[in-house]
Amino acid sequence: MSDRPIIRIEDLHKSYQIHEIIKGISLEVDEKEVVVIIGPSGTGKSTLLRCINLLTHPDKGHIWLEEEEITAPHVNIDKIRQRIGMVFQDFNLFNHLTALDNVMIGMTKVLKMHPKEAREKALWELERVGLSDRADHYPAQLSGGQKQRVAIARALGMNPHVMLFDEPTSALDPELIGEVLSVMQKLAQEGMTMLVVSHEMGFAREVSDRIVFMENGVIVEQGPPRQLFYNPKFERTREFLWKITELYGKEDEAGG
Amino acid sequence: MNFLEDLAFLFSYLLQGLGVTIGVTIIALSFGFLLGIGLALMRVYGGRLAAGIAMLYSTVIRALPVVLVIFILYFGISRVIDLSPFLSGAFALGFASTAYQSEIFRGAIQSVPPGQMTAARAIGMSRWKAIRYVILPQAIRLAIPPWSNEAAIVLKDSSLVYVIGVPEILRRAEYVSARTLEPFLAFGAAALIYFFLTFLTNRGLDYMERRYKLQM
Repeated sequence: MSDRPIIRIEDLHKSYQIHEIIKGISLEVDEKEVVVIIGPSGTGKSTLLRCINLLTHPDKGHIWLEEEEITAPHVNIDKIRQRIGMVFQDFNLFNHLTALDNVMIGMTKVLKMHPKEAREKALWELERVGLSDRADHYPAQLSGGQKQRVAIARALGMNPHVMLFDEPTSALDPELIGEVLSVMQKLAQEGMTMLVVSHEMGFAREVSDRIVFMENGVIVEQGPPRQLFYNPKFERTREFLWKITELYGKEDEAGG
Repeated sequence: MNFLEDLAFLFSYLLQGLGVTIGVTIIALSFGFLLGIGLALMRVYGGRLAAGIAMLYSTVIRALPVVLVIFILYFGISRVIDLSPFLSGAFALGFASTAYQSEIFRGAIQSVPPGQMTAARAIGMSRWKAIRYVILPQAIRLAIPPWSNEAAIVLKDSSLVYVIGVPEILRRAEYVSARTLEPFLAFGAAALIYFFLTFLTNRGLDYMERRYKLQM
């Protein structure tokens, strides 16, 4: 693991009307690091992810992507987003396009790749998530797990420097969670920098380098999985981790 | 001359207006399609001012009888710009259809799930690219059923341009009726032609709807 931060967040704040969702968060994610953010719902985990690629604009604070401050005025948001892959809870595949075209469209329309070249790369990305035999299927013809894997391939097609996962398995039937997690695990092994909001404790324990526990808009505690599970500084952290593990534990074992 | 020959003459005379009817309809529909999508985009994605203008246009035009729009354009504007009755009529219907089509497309754009825009922006598309490559292709598919209704209405409303003397099917039926004093036959024949035109248009659009159906 190198020490070069890919993402650096400094004192981030975000409110919706009178509710402050994020109350001063600072966080760094290094190159090739896999960080899992956990915490009760409504604590601003998703908002934090959406701030990182500016789908949501923070009210206060700074975010750097590699050397560039993306919260500075007049940055080209579209260029920034090309370097950040994002995977959503509800997949958001483009309904009118086949799996292949979903992966290709960013390459041809954003990266301006030649269609033939883009097609080859898109097929390779589908292969990477184990779906080259579904290239011609429309989203409606795919299972939830397959949709999410296509969504991952679509994000990978843009050659992102970091991948953000916003509860990627929360909308899936239990038996489909494993196939998505194993794709994510493979990505982590290949050295992708990943920031994952998830309740999959099995994944957090086995794959992540660091777990960040968030509650009420602040980071309560963070550290290597082992430390957070067995030796947390706060009782609240232990309580939450074990409650979640109990709830999701069976699926973890079934999913691998 | 026997009855059959009369009938053949009647139809061949009326059908000479077919080109005009179809021409007016296609111009009005295409015109309304392009401007209607434009106004719909202003309504959904435009700022307060753009959305306001689009809404004002739609509200005013939909409050007016189409014949009145035809009169205003033909007698008002064609004094300044030299427009043939055919083109004035087609554009007037186009302006009217723009208002209705803008409502159709606004509804369709709004029924594309918001996550589609988010996902498009997340892979680095600009707002315009997202609209062009992700939102509109889906919205247009969703709009086909209400749009075929509008197409049938415009096809039938194209008969209204007869008020400014455009020799389309209805105008020609009127000529025949005046000359032969057999209005039932003349207008009945016109009705039959309109029926087949509308029927075929709807069948064609039904096919398009099935062919491009969006599964979500």
